[in-house]
Amino acid sequence: MISELQKLENDALAELKTAKTEDQFLNLRIKYLGRKGLLTGLLRNITQVTEAEKPLFGKLCNELKNLLNAKIDEALQQQALRNKEDVLLKEKIDVTLPGNGIKCGRIHPVIQVRREICSIFSSFGFSVVEGPEIELDYYNFEALNIPKDHPARDMQDTFYIEDNIVLRTHTSPVQVRVMEKVRPPLRILSPGRVYRRDSDVSHTPMFHQIEGLLVDKGVSFGDLKGILTAFLKKIFGESTTLRFRPSFFPFTEPSAEVDIRCVMCGGKGCRVCGQSGWLEILGSGMVDPAVFQNVNYDFEEYSGFAFGLGLERIAMLKYGISDIRLFFENDIRFLKQF
Amino acid sequence: MLVSLKWLKDYVDIELTTEELAHRLTMAGLEVDEIKSIHPQFSGVVVAKILSVKPHPSADRLSLCAVSDGTEIYPVVCGAKNIASGDIVPLAKVGAVIPGGYTIKSSVLRGEKSDGMLCSEGELEIGDDESGIMHLPADLSLGLPLEAALAIEDTVLDVNVTPNRSDCLSMIGMAREVAAITGNKMKLPSVKIKESSEDIHSQSSVQIVDADLCPRYTARMIKNVKVGPSPIWMKNRLESAGLRAINNIVDVTNFVMLETGQPLHAFDFRFLEEGRIVVRKSRENEEFISLDEKSHILPADTLLICDGVKPVAIGGIMGGLNSEVKEDTQTVFLESAYFNPPSIRRSARKLAMPTDAAFRFERGIDPEGVVKALHRAAQLIADLSGGSISKNYIDEYPNKIPSAQNIPLRLDRIRRVIGMEIGAKDVTKILRSIGMIVKQEGRGRYLVTPPTCRVDISREIDLIEEVIRLYGYDRVPVTLPPVAVTEIEVIPRLDMEEKIRQLLIGSGYTEIVNYSFGNPLVADALCFPENDERRIPVRIKNPLGEDLSAMRTTMIYGLLETAKRNANNGSFDLKIFEIGRIFLNRKKGELPEEKNMIAGLLTGKMTDDFWGSGKTVDFYTLKGSLENIFVDFKMNNSRYVSTVVEPFLHPGKSCGIILDDKQIGFLGEVHPDVLEKINLKNKAYVFEINLDILVAAYLERNISCQEISKYPAVLRDAAFVIPDTMEADKMLNIVLGQKEDLLENVSIFDVYSGKEFTEGTKSLGLRFSYRSSDRTLTDSEANAVHDRIVQKTVTLTGAKIRD
Repeated sequence: MISELQKLENDALAELKTAKTEDQFLNLRIKYLGRKGLLTGLLRNITQVTEAEKPLFGKLCNELKNLLNAKIDEALQQQALRNKEDVLLKEKIDVTLPGNGIKCGRIHPVIQVRREICSIFSSFGFSVVEGPEIELDYYNFEALNIPKDHPARDMQDTFYIEDNIVLRTHTSPVQVRVMEKVRPPLRILSPGRVYRRDSDVSHTPMFHQIEGLLVDKGVSFGDLKGILTAFLKKIFGESTTLRFRPSFFPFTEPSAEVDIRCVMCGGKGCRVCGQSGWLEILGSGMVDPAVFQNVNYDFEEYSGFAFGLGLERIAMLKYGISDIRLFFENDIRFLKQF
Repeated sequence: MLVSLKWLKDYVDIELTTEELAHRLTMAGLEVDEIKSIHPQFSGVVVAKILSVKPHPSADRLSLCAVSDGTEIYPVVCGAKNIASGDIVPLAKVGAVIPGGYTIKSSVLRGEKSDGMLCSEGELEIGDDESGIMHLPADLSLGLPLEAALAIEDTVLDVNVTPNRSDCLSMIGMAREVAAITGNKMKLPSVKIKESSEDIHSQSSVQIVDADLCPRYTARMIKNVKVGPSPIWMKNRLESAGLRAINNIVDVTNFVMLETGQPLHAFDFRFLEEGRIVVRKSRENEEFISLDEKSHILPADTLLICDGVKPVAIGGIMGGLNSEVKEDTQTVFLESAYFNPPSIRRSARKLAMPTDAAFRFERGIDPEGVVKALHRAAQLIADLSGGSISKNYIDEYPNKIPSAQNIPLRLDRIRRVIGMEIGAKDVTKILRSIGMIVKQEGRGRYLVTPPTCRVDISREIDLIEEVIRLYGYDRVPVTLPPVAVTEIEVIPRLDMEEKIRQLLIGSGYTEIVNYSFGNPLVADALCFPENDERRIPVRIKNPLGEDLSAMRTTMIYGLLETAKRNANNGSFDLKIFEIGRIFLNRKKGELPEEKNMIAGLLTGKMTDDFWGSGKTVDFYTLKGSLENIFVDFKMNNSRYVSTVVEPFLHPGKSCGIILDDKQIGFLGEVHPDVLEKINLKNKAYVFEINLDILVAAYLERNISCQEISKYPAVLRDAAFVIPDTMEADKMLNIVLGQKEDLLENVSIFDVYSGKEFTEGTKSLGLRFSYRSSDRTLTDSEANAVHDRIVQKTVTLTGAKIRD
């Protein structure tokens, strides 16, 4: 009898494994555990078991009953879960369709570059200052050591409003205005629109500059190199190679042009860098004593450096833009790329 | 400045490769923009001699030549007239390639064999002359390749000379830099003048009336010159610098200018009336024809070189047609002078004559180089033209031109500026390498006298720059400046701009940047009335064009133009904004007022995806975007008033934006007439807000937190039928004006006008929310206050309650 019981267990478990639907599970319960079920039948035949085996047989029957009941319950429960899941799966949507609602706009690439540069310099302790875009000749030129009838004025072809009023050709006049009001130490940054009478693939009559000025006791050309190196590595990457070479600006002396290894060709020489392997990125220099004299700073006591760069140029290099005029045509297909 | 390496090597030895030289010059502040290789554009052309010239038997215009290259004799058919037997000429042999890629073949012309071609300068692209066959010097050996005979191969550096370095606008100046860089010695041309017995002073004189503008005028006279073409070496030199050869007199003046940096002028002495020179300023409206045959009305105070009667040159800028050297000139009066730099610059600009001479004079020439160049040029003219130099020279030098002397230099100061120690030996060596005289004055102290050509050096800092420039910027160690706290006022507007930018980006707007100037006719296009301050813009005196001549007084027009440009490109759906300034006139002589503004434009579909189902933007889309900004800035008291109407906006769909009783801007649909004028098909909505006022208001904002009630609200709705013309704002104000404590909020839930209403009326559905802060309201409590409000509103407005 005990061996029959064993066989019954094997059969039942095997059937349970192949059963799939709720009905099949319920039928199994009836087949084995119902009033006319197989296990019930076996139990009814207990009389055929020897007295000695009876307790064991009874115990085994009970255990098997419990086991089958538990298995069937579990199977039913899982089946119910699967059914719910099936309902949800029928609601399946196409997740590859686009999202709806408002598509966000973009910030103008030049403004993005301005933000990036301002944030780098603000981490160096520079504050943003502003000044008028229509400026007195004095602030735009003379205070910066560019007298009237000086050839250095050729470097910046100027729009005139009146004989003594110009569209600022750089944002340096802001520095003079600040120095007139504030005593050193000074770390300022003046971003903004500037205007030069020029128009071709690489020049627009209006563009953006950022100029910086740092004045303190004991500031040296080495410090200029330090700050500008740190800046250029932040904006163009740690591995950027740069060089400082002598140049001329009326308001700085010594003056330095800063070049980076061409980001397009890596220095081999290409169209972008004019085969030189280097890209001019910014102008800089130690503030000329004449400028300090104009704002009543003692140039024996204080020294400082200034630098300036064109934002469009940086944006062109960063994003591979070949025509500066694109920035001001505001074609939405262009702007959406940034 | 174009620098031929071949020419440069006349004055200094160079062992460096071209690339290395270019690099070293660049790193010394003389940036080499370009390295140009000059190669002949031909091959297979040799020096040949014409042995005989016979007329072609069956063509009048052709001749038959027998031409020898020293080894063989070739029959050549030639069409030029300027050939004779014995001439030395370039022969393109069979197989030669001439510019344009033509290969010379053996041919038969009108029955006569021709094995080659005689060439003109133009055909070989050596010069411009195409009038006849090029004639070569007789001493060239036959068969020599022409490129070797003419020494055409060269390398030219295009050096960007900064405005301070006038001393480098010459070959000798460049050579001085190269010598300093390489340590090689300079080789200056030696000048030996053979003078005739006739003294210049007995034949001519110079009178300087205006010594301020012309502090020094020197001159020599060369007689019995024979004007003709310059030798090939001279032509090559001039061409390498981008100048054209003219004749052996003018070429010498140009050559010496390029060599020394001193511009010179040669007059034909026979045209100098009274045989003398007077240097004076022009009178008002004096007329003058320069040697480029252009007529000028001279502004007053232009420096003139005159003879005894009339002007013969514009001093330092250009000579006159009336006294130029001609083919039959016999006596040359050679001028070498120093002119006041700012005066030359002013005149050259006013006359729009940026000549090579003016370029050098306005940057300042070497005052001591004036006479040296005079002698050098006189000698060369005599050498090339066979003339004889009169005895002595004129040197009128009324005003001593100052040169810097004994500039104090402190080693310690160098250290402080550069940030590193450079030894005394290095400093003096560097300074001496560029011709400075260095005297020790004490420990670490020097007195330095620069060469007179270095007009840019007068201060200690100028000397320090020279030291660091030649020491090498790359050798200066990288350091960081001292940390210091600076007290600079922050600009609150910048922060706000950034927030607004983010808000608008999130609402789908893209930032644009337009030019700050535009067409002055914008005022008409936008219909600004006469008394509108935006009507008369600040004008640029020298704009790039009329359409870029007016500083903008609003940013709206730029946005419309941007929309137009995008529409032309097929982009009809736009949400754009710009942050920038507008400019308004103040009194003459005063800087214009600059206002910081933000402006935007909306047009086309709400969203550009298929979910949006093509819904287009309207007034309320734009208003919603702006309300967001005000909510973000906690400015819940912004008001929109339809009584403010901009002339370029739809009168029924526009309003002013009021904050604290100040108008800060406007928004609305663009007037259909304006759209039509600018040729925009779709409706467009624009706004413009003054950021300065917005910021000021924002800074006065206080936020005080309200306690939140724990008790539930009771909601009641009521719909009022009111005239179409009554604005919702007015209804809300009437409701809120009743100051019922329990009324927590009232909002609009429906605006409806349908057939069931009398024409000219609409239904405005209001939702009232009642709440107490200390108890749960009962229905009867809520009803009582609600009825009171509705009744009073009806009384005050004459509205009907809709059932």
